[in-house]
Amino acid sequence: MHQAALLGSAIKDAQHYGWNISQPVHHTWSVMAQGVQNYVKSLNWGHRVQLQEKKVKYFNIKGSFSDPHTVRGLTKAGKEIVVTADNIVIATGGRPKYPMHVAGALEYGITSDDLFWLKKSPGKTLVVGASYVSLECAGFLTGIGLDTTVMMRSIPLRGFDQQMASLVTEHMESYGTKFLKRCFPTKVEKLENDRLQVTWKNADLDTEETDSFNTVMWAVGRAPDTKTLNLETVGVKTNSETGKIIVDANEATSVPHIYAVGDITEGRPELTPTAIAAGKLLAQRLFGQSSELMDYDNVPTTVFTPLEYGCVGLSEEAAVQRHGSDNIEVYHAYYKPLEFTVAERDATQCYMKMVCLREREQRILGLHFIGPNAGEVIQGFALGIKCGATYPQMMKTVGIHPTCAEEVTKLHITKRSGLDATVTGC
Amino acid sequence: MGSTLRKSQANRKIVSIANRGAPKLREGQREAAAETSQPIASVREKQIGGHERALKAHKEADNPQKTMEVNGLTPVPDSYDYDLIVIGGGSGGLAAAKEAAKYEKKVMVLDFVTPTPQGSSWGLGGTCVNVGCIPKKLMHQAALLGQALQDSRKFGWQFTEEVKHNWMTMAESVQNYIGSLNWGYRVALRDKKVTYENAYGEFVGPHTVKATNKKGVEKLYTAERFIIATGERPRYLGIPGDKEYCISSDDLFSLPYCPGRTLVVGASYVALECAGFLAGLGLDVTVMVRSILLRGFDQDMANRIGEYMTEHGVKFIRQFVPIKVERVEEGTPGVLKVTAKSTTGDQIIEGTYNTVLLAIGRDPCTRRIGLGKAGVIINEKTGKIPVNDEEQTNVPYIHAIGDILQDKLELTPVAIQAGRLLVRRLYAGATTKCDYVNVPTTVFTPLEYGACGYSEETAVEKFGEENIEVYHSYFWPLEWTVPSRDNNKCYAKIICNIQDNERVIGFHVLGPNAGEITQGFAAAIKCGLTKEQLDNTVGIHPVCAEVFTTLSVTKRSGESIATCLMEFSQHGFSSPKVIKLVGKANKEQGFTISHHRRAMAEAVKEDWDLLHYT
Repeated sequence: MHQAALLGSAIKDAQHYGWNISQPVHHTWSVMAQGVQNYVKSLNWGHRVQLQEKKVKYFNIKGSFSDPHTVRGLTKAGKEIVVTADNIVIATGGRPKYPMHVAGALEYGITSDDLFWLKKSPGKTLVVGASYVSLECAGFLTGIGLDTTVMMRSIPLRGFDQQMASLVTEHMESYGTKFLKRCFPTKVEKLENDRLQVTWKNADLDTEETDSFNTVMWAVGRAPDTKTLNLETVGVKTNSETGKIIVDANEATSVPHIYAVGDITEGRPELTPTAIAAGKLLAQRLFGQSSELMDYDNVPTTVFTPLEYGCVGLSEEAAVQRHGSDNIEVYHAYYKPLEFTVAERDATQCYMKMVCLREREQRILGLHFIGPNAGEVIQGFALGIKCGATYPQMMKTVGIHPTCAEEVTKLHITKRSGLDATVTGC
Repeated sequence: MGSTLRKSQANRKIVSIANRGAPKLREGQREAAAETSQPIASVREKQIGGHERALKAHKEADNPQKTMEVNGLTPVPDSYDYDLIVIGGGSGGLAAAKEAAKYEKKVMVLDFVTPTPQGSSWGLGGTCVNVGCIPKKLMHQAALLGQALQDSRKFGWQFTEEVKHNWMTMAESVQNYIGSLNWGYRVALRDKKVTYENAYGEFVGPHTVKATNKKGVEKLYTAERFIIATGERPRYLGIPGDKEYCISSDDLFSLPYCPGRTLVVGASYVALECAGFLAGLGLDVTVMVRSILLRGFDQDMANRIGEYMTEHGVKFIRQFVPIKVERVEEGTPGVLKVTAKSTTGDQIIEGTYNTVLLAIGRDPCTRRIGLGKAGVIINEKTGKIPVNDEEQTNVPYIHAIGDILQDKLELTPVAIQAGRLLVRRLYAGATTKCDYVNVPTTVFTPLEYGACGYSEETAVEKFGEENIEVYHSYFWPLEWTVPSRDNNKCYAKIICNIQDNERVIGFHVLGPNAGEITQGFAAAIKCGLTKEQLDNTVGIHPVCAEVFTTLSVTKRSGESIATCLMEFSQHGFSSPKVIKLVGKANKEQGFTISHHRRAMAEAVKEDWDLLHYT
């Protein structure tokens, strides 16, 4: 759906590049949704085929522990299935949270679990929350032409580099997404015309405000799906605050033969490829193929907001906290993607920074990149950082011209110098 | 532009003020100075007046001993007009000039564009900016946007069926942008106090160049050191009608009309890139190839590029070379008749086109810049200049960078890097040399191709087939799935040296944003990347680049990298066995992609048992 929004921008760009497109240009939600859903279904099928090929038994049941080696559950048809195993891996993931204290939240609101499966356009939408889920969804809804508002209580993208997070939201504002900052909802009511009336508090002005929307989406975080697993009976410990399962470096829970991977585990990044890698490595260790542990450091990730944000390693804040601001050097640059010039697109928020140790070798601690194709750009550099890349090594790498990624190899302005970090010319 | 001229005159004034020691030394006098013993003052106002001595030494420049004396072993008389004259204001030349100015050197740049046979000419900045990378990538982008428009309908966007491309709108936007860059370069030079002359520079003797401007006015300048950065220009065929009727990439980007039905002659990356974007804009394009595509690049990848272009409407005429071009009709564009001869037999073919674009190679601009008079040796056959690992020619005070170098890479960032590092060594006591190893590059064909390190052929040649392991996979960009675009075209390949811990010595990717993907991997290769480290890196989901973190099929194994499965490999399920099994299953079922999709849709509706087909 992010791609659908990007294509909306492409249609605008195309006109600057000589393509004659007569107005008006419309977007039809159902066509997009159908396309996306078909593809997702094909993946579901693919996974089933894979399990089949691998001779893995698959049960479509909601399982829970009855003792440390036994899992039971009911099929859709109501038949009870009981399975026993030597080792058990819990990988039940997380589901979006609802703010239960907000009246009407559950009744009238939806979450990202629903959004992608909507048959009709959500129309004027309020997205509550400032997580990456919130910003990504609000971004593509804006991009396909919907009136979209994000309501956030405090900071955007908690846990991510905050300078980058501000650039991301700043860009979204110029892109057309509305923001209600320092606001939190108090109730949702259904009006006679089927619209949803949302009331919220503005913490800055200490006022109560209200507006009506077609759709209200909660993106206030995800909660681990542990409650129904009956973990207490078997003695698997969870963090009482987050509900997540506590695991060691080996992914083992407090019960040695029960393991957990993915979003359900305490203190791990909630990312698909990390879960995949952790699961694979766990299986290899369990069956004597390897002793390698999952390395959760330097995991790259990308937020697919309208202007994408990719990063790997430490945020500037974390680097300062860990090493002290005197011991880190931050190289940064604003740049303009070549394709933006002819398209007359604003590149104010296209920015990158590299956080390095200041000592002689200048090992790279973190790399942050905002711009088109951020994920593609970051992946290779993530490897470099894994290989212990230093700032001088990065500078010795010849750029590929003309790309956005080449700007990384040209970073030379330090934040400390206070010099203008705007890149000019080739 | 009026103000540009005024400003550059002002700049010249500053120079002459700096030349205070001999404020009225005009061109004629300068020449006179070269022949008489009239002293010339230095910028640094140390009246040493050793110019004649210096020149005398250089008249005997065949004697390297003397040259050496002047260049360092004996104190250099501060008697040249400039510390450094750079001939050629392209990427490399400008980078070097600006860098030298940082160290407070007195620098001049001479840049002059000899118009093409068709009369095209351009401003400061060289090939990359004016008639290379920049306009090429912008027009490539225009073509990609054409594809995006088609895709966008599948993503729910609706607009009128007929979408046409207007060449002039695009060309004007591109030229406007280039114009702003030309202007930017002039301003940058002025800000850095580098003297710029829009004049043709050629050596007339040791340490001396003659600069001839558009009006034919000649001036002589001397400098302690020189950097030759004149670059290359497109080659012509040397057949009847080539210069009269054909265009080159030097003309294409500023063509004031849509080229129409186009014949591209050549199989260089320039040829394929231009053919690719012209076809993407909806034009009827034919490429005439003498032998192989993309000589010097990995041939497996080159052929895949050719295949993809063929499937996307570009016609290829293989093993033919044009022997005659005639004009049938005048016009913009007119009609040209091309006669071509087979390279394997006597067969002659004819075809008519609106435009014939020659992209058969480029020749260095080194034969008409008086190198003989300065004693610089060039490769007589290629025209390229041999240099040592410090970009120094056989004449120690003359350096060369960029596309004119023998056995080096013809890439903008390389020229820039070489120019900067050279100047830092010359003037800032640095020792870092330009590293020409593992330089990444990208070919912006419709399906982009990014590469770094060895091609498969050269790796085999250098290390032996038994000592390299090639891992490969197709991948299906997520963005291509919904519009059902080709699912067996994007391809990833790495070449590892088995004897060196499976170190990655070659990286090749064919797919969207190949340049953006390749850059970071090039940095990793610079840091000694091994296959194990690739495997241990977590992918970014869902992007194309993540395929490199899950490569597991070796070419040697001959195992299938079946296409229907590519989407799963993106989810980390690319074990060879699974790929083989499901690939086999797909084949047995006669699955094409549409079969596959239908089966998928059915499968989710039906029960699990339905899938027990193996």
